[in-house]
Amino acid sequence: MGKIVALTGNDAAGTAMVQIKPDVVAAFPITPQTELMHKFADAVADGEVDTEFVLVESEHSAMSAAVGAAAAGARVMTATSANGFALMWEIVYIAASNRLPIVMTLVNRALSAPINIHCDHSDSMGGRDAGWIQIHSENSQEVYDNLIQGVKIAENKDVLLPVMVTSDGFILSHTLERMEILDEEDVHRFVGEYKPAHTLLDVDHPVTFGPLDLPDYYFEHKRQQVLAMEEARRVILEVGKEFEKLSGRGYGFLEEYQMEGAERAIVALGSTAGTVKQVVDALRERGERVGLIKLRVFRPFPKEELLEALREVKVVAIFDRSHSFGSFGGPLFTEVRSVLYGSDISVEVLNYIYGLGGRNISLEEIEGVFSDLQGVIERGGVKERINYLGVRE
Amino acid sequence: MSGLKGWREIPIGGLILDAGNAEQYKTGSWRTYRPVWDEGKCIHCLFCWIYCPDSAIIVEEGKMKGIDLEHCKGCGICAEECPPKEKAIEMVLEGEGKGV
Ligand code: SF4
Ligand code: SF4
Repeated sequence: MGKIVALTGNDAAGTAMVQIKPDVVAAFPITPQTELMHKFADAVADGEVDTEFVLVESEHSAMSAAVGAAAAGARVMTATSANGFALMWEIVYIAASNRLPIVMTLVNRALSAPINIHCDHSDSMGGRDAGWIQIHSENSQEVYDNLIQGVKIAENKDVLLPVMVTSDGFILSHTLERMEILDEEDVHRFVGEYKPAHTLLDVDHPVTFGPLDLPDYYFEHKRQQVLAMEEARRVILEVGKEFEKLSGRGYGFLEEYQMEGAERAIVALGSTAGTVKQVVDALRERGERVGLIKLRVFRPFPKEELLEALREVKVVAIFDRSHSFGSFGGPLFTEVRSVLYGSDISVEVLNYIYGLGGRNISLEEIEGVFSDLQGVIERGGVKERINYLGVRE
Repeated sequence: MSGLKGWREIPIGGLILDAGNAEQYKTGSWRTYRPVWDEGKCIHCLFCWIYCPDSAIIVEEGKMKGIDLEHCKGCGICAEECPPKEKAIEMVLEGEGKGV
């Protein structure tokens, strides 16, 4: 059986890594991720893991080393934040395109400039089209659980895609929480041994990774990536179920919280979902029909599951902790609205951009959003489609 | 693009599973300048063969035999490395006559 401990998000991720015992870890420090690698570096120094720990001079090199090691057949993990992720970006895309199942914790932090070290999702959303599976975490327990599942999802032979597990910077990464960690042997049994079909070090079966791919075949390789993401849908659910057997904690694409009979709902990612739950509970006690849809998996985007969750809802607020400047709404909003269009579900969709650069979101503000939604139902129309929550006028 | 395989038929991620298959990939059409070899001037020193990055110099029994134009990319290195007294390879703009 596992044991109950108090860990920060970073320690939770570091603990998951120590238990997974990857063959290779390559990393460069960046706030708020740094502590995570401290934790792992301790384990390396203490001989708890025999991981090849590669200390590089930048995140671009960290991801490059990860790609090389993964192509050589290693189980590889890394972690970063914000500008570190931005610097990695070229190789982030290559990792997915080369179909290398690297697993990375992204400790969410706002991208510069102005320079800021606190949480928003501009970093992960900046990488949304890079071909990585993207799993969001509400709390430290989920960071830990998602990383362990991430390895098994990434390495599935029908998937073979890198997985990014997010952890809201400081809000989760530096906050002590009560959580359960599994026995190391159970984690081992769960993730199993990684046996890639083709590796650079298999000299009896030499292969070429990353060759030139011109207009005659590049498109075909991209089409394969689409299929891999489709396959990932099944695998994410299978792995979630299997993890439930091990831990008692089941995982799907999203969590419906108090959605039974809900007329008004919020869709949110990450730690904010926890805050919304508190407001939902309070409003439910007053008899209000409100609920939350916590999106766990952003890539692949869970179209069917989301539509099902929204079927009875009259008006929904989509919470975006990042913006796509000049677009009509934040990344989550555009995605949700796009899957609704042409479906048989009619629900008013509003967007709330919030929390940029670590701006706190309060219970009152969330309650205010639910009253806005009530206003839409009563008025029968939307005043402002795209809203900025918590910014000073 | 007939004769090419569909996306379900090829290895994922651009992997190439067969070793030594570069020969099957014809790169001759990339050329702007074509090397033209003058057999009469050639002293068979094989500098061109050593330097050609595309293994496009054909050598038989220790003698320069010609240029494999299906793979030669026209970089001009052979012409540059051919000894100055011989100058047995000349680079000519593709399509400008002069037999191969
Ligand atoms: S031009 Fe370049 S590629 Fe062509 S034969 Fe000469 S050295 Fe080789
Ligand atoms: S370098 Fe010039 S002289 Fe020497 S083998 Fe080649 S063509 Fe002949």
